[in-house]
Amino acid sequence: MSDAIPEFSKSKASDGQDVSLTNLSAFASGPGISSGKEVAAIIAVAVIIIGGIELALRLFHVPLYIMPPPSSIAYALFDEFPLIAPHLGYTLVELVSGFAIGAVVGLVLAAVITQFPFAEKIVAPYILLLVTTPMLALVPLLILRFGFGYTPRIIAVALAAGPMVMINAATGFRRVDSAKIALARSYGASTLQIFWKIRAPMALPMILVGLMIGAIFGLLTAVGAEMVGGGFGLGNRLTTYSSMIQMPQFFAVVLILSTLGILIYVLFFLIGKKWASWEA
Amino acid sequence: MNAGEATTPKLGVQAATKIYHTASGDLLALDRCSLDIRANEIVSIVGPSGCGKTTLLWSMSGLHGLTSGEIRLDGKAITGPHPDIGIVFQEANLLPWRNLDANIRFPFEIKGEKPDRAWIAHLLNRVGLDGFGGKFPRELSGGMQQRAAIVRALALKPSVLLMDEPFGALDSFTREEMNRLVEEIWLDTKTTIVFITHSIEEAIFLSDRVVVLSARPGKVAREYRVPFPRPRSLEIMATKEVFDLTNRIKMDIVGERARPKPPEQARTSAEIVRIRP
Repeated sequence: MSDAIPEFSKSKASDGQDVSLTNLSAFASGPGISSGKEVAAIIAVAVIIIGGIELALRLFHVPLYIMPPPSSIAYALFDEFPLIAPHLGYTLVELVSGFAIGAVVGLVLAAVITQFPFAEKIVAPYILLLVTTPMLALVPLLILRFGFGYTPRIIAVALAAGPMVMINAATGFRRVDSAKIALARSYGASTLQIFWKIRAPMALPMILVGLMIGAIFGLLTAVGAEMVGGGFGLGNRLTTYSSMIQMPQFFAVVLILSTLGILIYVLFFLIGKKWASWEA
Repeated sequence: MNAGEATTPKLGVQAATKIYHTASGDLLALDRCSLDIRANEIVSIVGPSGCGKTTLLWSMSGLHGLTSGEIRLDGKAITGPHPDIGIVFQEANLLPWRNLDANIRFPFEIKGEKPDRAWIAHLLNRVGLDGFGGKFPRELSGGMQQRAAIVRALALKPSVLLMDEPFGALDSFTREEMNRLVEEIWLDTKTTIVFITHSIEEAIFLSDRVVVLSARPGKVAREYRVPFPRPRSLEIMATKEVFDLTNRIKMDIVGERARPKPPEQARTSAEIVRIRP
């Protein structure tokens, strides 16, 4: 640090190396809903689309096993929910615990590794490998080793979420703004203080992006792992219902999964809006 | 130096030399640069791009080590960041995730001290930022951001304020306003100020002395006293004295490069190195 030429006059903090799949500002890119008229229009379009599908499916007598009409999916969701609910619980347990493990490990590794550029160069290819390998491929192996319980699924979720969190968080931690670090150092800040008061807040927007992507990948992997083996979880329900050609119930589970995905997105969007809105 | 200076300077730069070891070879940024800054003085440092102004300021702040030579604050060598030295950086350098109050509290947090609320309120009032404490930097204009940065730098009551081209990014009207503000604050606190700038007018308006650094490697080429009484008005800036002084300093900085010459052929390699930012 003491031997670096200070040259930070031109670039702002925000135009660093933001190479990522998405960015928090993309969350907020859509225009907000501003009037009752717009709400009415949005609802009207939804009614027309869903009603149109319902009408078309009934009009052309499309068999239930090809595509059930929306009304029967809604009924199945309502009717079967007490039976599906425990499986939703199992999936959530796998998702939350696997994601927590993966996120913590990913965050810590990202924070440590970015402090040592040389170590980063050495581990970079392996991290890329972890990010690009679909962790679902390992599930049969994990089941062989750990049986059909929670364990292989939680490991798979952690393996899927961790690298996503890590690679995005690392991008965040690498966004060094030498002027801000110099500011902290001019008041005699320690390395730890610089980390918590400068590096971590600067990395936060990218960390949130990583957490969101990690959570979505975790959900995918959890459901996939449930489909591979074991008698519980929403993924297991999907295979069960489809093997019994209970398509309304099948789609009811799909609906629950989409809702979960949307909730994950909304959750991180709200967190980002609260804690990282300075970036946008 | 003028006669009659038996007292130790507030900030004494003695044969400061700085060599950067870069991938493309060693770079001599400062070469035995010596300069004394007396207490309660405003000194501006001007010079061509890349002459080592910022390097010199960073060394004064203790953020940079020198390759050789020494910088003394009140007679004691500076070895690292010093609580008695405040810095105002290029562009306001506020932390965008903190609102103004939290930005101004930042130095106290680092030091683990309780913020001096009365003093901060006084400073905020002085720079006209009353009631803006809850605003985030992005909600403020460039001038307001830099005012906040000045408050932050003064919050710990430093006896020396180092300002590194603080108003370079501002438009000329805002810049004049900020210059008057700096003078007001100086009249108020008599803090010793070292001011780096590209603007000769700004240097003259603000300073008791203007120090001209030579092109890289930087060393003191010349010093000018600016004799005008304070508070200075903008009218002073339109006088012939200021005009002449400005031109002399300009000639010192641009030197022979200002004279017309046939373009391409006249460029020596040394010159190309010199104008690299």
